[in-house]
Amino acid sequence: MNDTVTTLDETSASNGGTSWRDRLGDTQNLGLIAVLVLAFVAGWVTSPDTFLDANNFLTILKSAAVIGVVSVGMTFVIIGGGIDLSVGAIVALASVWGTTVASQEMGLWGMLFAFLAVGTATGLVNGVLIAYGKIVSFIATLAMLVSARGLAQYISDGQTQIVEVSAFRSLNNGDVFGIPNLVVMLIVVAAIGWFVLNRTTFGRRTFAVGGNPEAARLAGINVKRQTMLLFTLSGLACGIAAIMIVARTTTGSSTHGNLYELDAIGAVVIGGTSLAGGRGTMVGTVLGVLVFTVMTNIFVLNNLTTDLQNIAKGVIIVLAVLLQQRTQRGSDGAHA
Amino acid sequence: MTDAAQNLSRRNLLRGVGAFGAMSVIAACTSNEASDDAATTAAATTAAATGDTETEAAAQEEGPAVTIGFSAPEADHGWIAAVTDNAAAAAEQFGDVTFEATEGTNDVNQQISQVETLINGGVDVLAILPFDGAALTEIAQQAMDAGIPVVNIDRIFDSPLAYRTYIGGDNYGMGVSAGNFIGQRLTDEGVDSPVIAEIAGIDQLPLTQARSQGFADALEGYGFSVTARQAAEFTVESGQQVTANLLQAEPEIDAIWNHDDDQGVGVLAAINEAGRNEFFMVGGAGSANAMREIQSGESVLVATVLYSPTMAGSGINLARLIAQNKGMSDLVELAVPASITTFSATVTADNVEEYLPYGFES
Repeated sequence: MNDTVTTLDETSASNGGTSWRDRLGDTQNLGLIAVLVLAFVAGWVTSPDTFLDANNFLTILKSAAVIGVVSVGMTFVIIGGGIDLSVGAIVALASVWGTTVASQEMGLWGMLFAFLAVGTATGLVNGVLIAYGKIVSFIATLAMLVSARGLAQYISDGQTQIVEVSAFRSLNNGDVFGIPNLVVMLIVVAAIGWFVLNRTTFGRRTFAVGGNPEAARLAGINVKRQTMLLFTLSGLACGIAAIMIVARTTTGSSTHGNLYELDAIGAVVIGGTSLAGGRGTMVGTVLGVLVFTVMTNIFVLNNLTTDLQNIAKGVIIVLAVLLQQRTQRGSDGAHA
Repeated sequence: MTDAAQNLSRRNLLRGVGAFGAMSVIAACTSNEASDDAATTAAATTAAATGDTETEAAAQEEGPAVTIGFSAPEADHGWIAAVTDNAAAAAEQFGDVTFEATEGTNDVNQQISQVETLINGGVDVLAILPFDGAALTEIAQQAMDAGIPVVNIDRIFDSPLAYRTYIGGDNYGMGVSAGNFIGQRLTDEGVDSPVIAEIAGIDQLPLTQARSQGFADALEGYGFSVTARQAAEFTVESGQQVTANLLQAEPEIDAIWNHDDDQGVGVLAAINEAGRNEFFMVGGAGSANAMREIQSGESVLVATVLYSPTMAGSGINLARLIAQNKGMSDLVELAVPASITTFSATVTADNVEEYLPYGFES
């Protein structure tokens, strides 16, 4: 068994084409950091009084927190060669399930358990359908997108469910050493995600399965099981995100998490993760999320309209990916 | 080896028990019993509230039996759910009305088929709130051509030939009511060049543009203008997100108008999170939740301008009158008018008690 693991290590390193240092994101993410710096300069120039305010940064980080956690799960799925279109719907379903009257009667811990369990279970269903049912992940999660949101609507009867449990409501306003709970959750989730991806067998298997599933299978990896676990992990991330969005909005609703799939995939891709699987970084994903939230913040500070925001979002995705490709090519050359 | 195997099976057993336990707890969590009760009570009160006038009318003149076909979009948010409830409650008041409602849908194709089914089923009159007015115009006109009058609720058809009577809310009027309330209050307080923020709904929709236009026009009458305007998406989450950023953009605000009470839950969450209360806020649409906030007297939300789903109840009343060839008793006209626009009343602490029964659960 030990032998296989060593082989697997080598396989992932050669197939994925990424060394540990690359996965840290020290060179690949230069393009993104440049975009982020540009955004900061733009924010500072256009609204000098409000942008650099400490509270404003906390607002940005809190906005980034929910989609950030979803994107961490998405990073695993995409590196593993899949795609998860159902993340927004799972967030909605978990948010509704955990805020029903029955759930709320069980208090804070019952609610937390419901969010996480519903997210994980839905992810598991995705994983089983894709790994063992042999349905392409695009289709399986598309089906889940529709049905999970439908179920959320069915359970909530289309109504916004307001949280009355005060312990839960205070979750949003609490902080750890001045850092809001939500931001702490993002940092913890991203750090664990980074560790699991880069420092554990599970992470190495993820790169291997996404890079070349056939080679991974020959190397003794249970590819199906790994795929199933990746989607379950994404579901768990959605469950955590549901806790956060419910705390922020004090409600559970079937409209929560609308278009999260696009935001998360966008962040992951501009973060340098290959949609073909097998390569990507957690740091890049977090930077990708930050680019989007900082941009939104700057637009609101300058009182610009939504249509302009959307145009800019599209341009930024293209720009960041172009920059990313450039620096990546450079760094690939250097490593070769 | 046996130890390992035993360990393994014990672990599996634990996993199995854990999973089973989790499933049973989770399954119990879908129940929404109490809130269902609340919804029914709300519907009942609405019915009772609308009933006052209608039972009178019904008692006065029981007409020939009519069948009213009703079609509306999917009840995926509070307002549309309330529309359907109001329509059903209104129909219930009449002994001479058979109410045939179709399952709500947001698929225009399906809604067209549903209306076709109603026509084929031989209803006497149709009451339709189309998901998309333009898309349903053709089928509504076919119904009219076939001699079935159509009452068009809220989202208007493209052609006046497609409906006998239109009843809808006044989006421009909402903006005017909100603008007047905010303008008057700020003038009374003697605030010079106030910071007024506006949180709109989905910007692409004509209704949002009309609301904003009315708001700007009314404020202009007081010499004020909107300082910061951002669009949310009618959802709680978007309201929260946009407001959190907006509050950062404007460190001192005098008044906020939020177009929609559904997204208003998120707007209030963001305001509470930021701990801001130097301003007052006006809502829109008139959810029961917003009215309870106003009633509490402790919220920054001090008023909401109505866009009431009770118009669907009135629509059913109109449909019945049309089918029975009657006019409206308080008007001189012998027939029902071709167009009715409901008034966007302003609900404040002073009159909230009166309006609360009409508030919809968001």
